[in-house]
Amino acid sequence: MENWLLIAGMLAITFATRYSLFAFPDLRFPTLVRQGLHYVPTAVLTAIVVPGMLLPDGQHWQLGLDNAYLWAGLAAIAIAAFTRHLLATIGGGFLLFFLLRWAMGQLPL
Amino acid sequence: MTRQHEFTQGARDMLPMLLGAIPFGIIYGSLAGAAGLSTWQALGMSLLVFAGSAQFIALSLLGAGVGLAVLLLTTFVVNLRHALYSASLQPHVRQLPKRWRMPLAFWLTDEAYAVVVHRYAASDASPNKHWYFLGAALAMYLNWQLCTLVGVLFGQQVPNLEAWGLDFAMLATFIGIVVPMLRNRPQVAAALVAAGVALVCHGLPYKLGLLAAAFSGIVLGVLLERRAQSRVLEVC
Repeated sequence: MENWLLIAGMLAITFATRYSLFAFPDLRFPTLVRQGLHYVPTAVLTAIVVPGMLLPDGQHWQLGLDNAYLWAGLAAIAIAAFTRHLLATIGGGFLLFFLLRWAMGQLPL
Repeated sequence: MTRQHEFTQGARDMLPMLLGAIPFGIIYGSLAGAAGLSTWQALGMSLLVFAGSAQFIALSLLGAGVGLAVLLLTTFVVNLRHALYSASLQPHVRQLPKRWRMPLAFWLTDEAYAVVVHRYAASDASPNKHWYFLGAALAMYLNWQLCTLVGVLFGQQVPNLEAWGLDFAMLATFIGIVVPMLRNRPQVAAALVAAGVALVCHGLPYKLGLLAAAFSGIVLGVLLERRAQSRVLEVC
């Protein structure tokens, strides 16, 4: 029961944030806000990615050679910069990630 | 382009995002049971909430025995970026009736936003771009439901699926979205500052570090853009 309450609450909150500005079609944004919106995806997604590479468990710094998240992430950045191809980035990064983890014996095989 | 054309093109352009979301959806489904959700609750959360990162965080907090109020507050903070996406796309959907705006908002994910914002930026004046949005959003939604289902079934068969590190797929997807956007100095600076602040603030509760980082990146990007503009004006 408690879990369904949680799901209902999450539904309400998630929908409210996504619908927030769609709900006011007459609202026009000042230039400052419109300029700011250009940086939203860059800032938000980078703020998710970089800690995900350097602190894979969300708490402890892992800067060593045995952190596949870091090295495969850097490789994915390089692939993205050179190819600008989304699928190549995801596929190449993922493949390298598993090769590294396999080579270092980090997979539960 | 016709409506059908836009719709199928939107779904097709989502393909890379769908592939990136598959491992993510499967892990979510497989971990839900261990966090205390029943099969129907795991599926219900994907169907009704449809927010990957919030669903993941909810699982980890549920597992840690956190109360309802904290869970909902965290959902709010983690999802605040969707308000920014909503603001960003609002000028393009404002002419649509409510029966369009509400479902499109419900399906507004990181991935759909990244794909749809490109379509709206394209120079052609197609009156059916919202069909593209719908196609992209529905593809993501169906994919997420299927992956959740596979994960729930899989999780009951394969122990310690989380040890495989499938969550890397999300990082690779986001890298593939962001890196091609870093085309000018303000964008690069916004990314660097957001990364730095996110690292410094990673210990803050409720993912507040993410918000602080996003805000810093946006402010710096705007400041640099404005400075570049005023310099151009002086030269003229």
